[in-house]
Amino acid sequence: MLLYVVSTVFVCYLSFNLRRNQLTPIVWNTLFWIIILFAAVNAIAKSFSQERYGRLIYYYNLCSPQAIIISKIIYNSFVMLFLSGIGFIFYAFVMGNPVGDIGLYLICIALAAIGFASVLTLVAGIASKADNSATLMAVLSFPIILPMLLMTIRLAKNALDGLDWSVSNDEIITLLSIDLIVVTLSYLLFPYLWRS
Amino acid sequence: MRKIWWKILCIVLLFYVIFMGLMGPVPHLPILNESIRNTYFHVALWLAMTTLLFSSMIYSLMYLRSSNIKHDDIASELAKSGLFYGILGCLTGSVWANFTWGDPWPNDPKLNGAAVGILIYLAYLLLRSSFEDEQRRARIASVYNIFAFAVFVPLIYILPRLTDSLHPGSGGNSTFSSYDMNSDLRMVFYPAIIGWILLGLWLTELRVRIKRINRLREEEFTKAS
Repeated sequence: MLLYVVSTVFVCYLSFNLRRNQLTPIVWNTLFWIIILFAAVNAIAKSFSQERYGRLIYYYNLCSPQAIIISKIIYNSFVMLFLSGIGFIFYAFVMGNPVGDIGLYLICIALAAIGFASVLTLVAGIASKADNSATLMAVLSFPIILPMLLMTIRLAKNALDGLDWSVSNDEIITLLSIDLIVVTLSYLLFPYLWRS
Repeated sequence: MRKIWWKILCIVLLFYVIFMGLMGPVPHLPILNESIRNTYFHVALWLAMTTLLFSSMIYSLMYLRSSNIKHDDIASELAKSGLFYGILGCLTGSVWANFTWGDPWPNDPKLNGAAVGILIYLAYLLLRSSFEDEQRRARIASVYNIFAFAVFVPLIYILPRLTDSLHPGSGGNSTFSSYDMNSDLRMVFYPAIIGWILLGLWLTELRVRIKRINRLREEEFTKAS
């Protein structure tokens, strides 16, 4: 997955190589989040479909579904934090770094990583039950993740311009509450999904 | 002929709304002018759609608690009529926007949110069509439906209020109640909401009945063969 992110970043770098001066901060920001989004979908889609059937039954006997979804969310959050962290460092390294407020940008990355991980974990659970799970994963997750992505891009834009933190309070609170809603819903709904 | 009264009420209310909506007195506001009559159709359709989708979510919850396939039938058909209303709401909205904002699809957060909302529910229908087994499909679709509604509400009602939007009630524009909503408008607006909701329920009821009849016929067919 790390290789996936790095090579995507490199492809973007080479494609923008012709006209470096056209890479405005807004394009920079949007491109980064699109790379992270696709990396997230690809990374987390595996979290259920990769498991063999026998192992799922083993988990089923071993512990409660709540424990499984929470542990999957935590694991995927760490994967996403790691991926987007490395991705950001490499991206800033090759594409230049116009970020005004690094601290806020890192907070934004962390919130987005946790949010993406929790939404996509449940969607991956849903999609893995169907046959053509790869297509279904993309179709189900993109519209659902969009509000989160929009908030993240807005927050990242504030960080990029180095605005005062009080300006972005609204966005941080909204992102946190969306994260909270999503995690609670996954916790409540996953047992029903698990049974089938 | 049982429980027919609400269908009659629906027809009466909608006829009242159409006649009064097109010919009744309306306040004259700048920019909006006569197009304010669209309130009875566009705004009422959106409210009816939200009600339908909300009740769809309630039925999905009930399905998860009871595992009764009838609840899932109702939930899916409610979502379908909600989607239908959503598309109608977009069409009426874009007619209205064409006259007042000068563009059938202005770049407005609420419009984009609505488009994404429609995508979410189309994905729900796609998800339903990708399962063979009935109980399994019902359970997984219910989980997605509840999840989708929880994302849909902030998308339509909360996010646009945080940003600048052309719609009333967001970004410095006044909300609807403080709007020039005088008693002439209210006299038609509230019946319009109820009428559209009843029409949606009627649509849903018909489709649920067709579904049940088909299921019965299929069972008889498998018994006979």
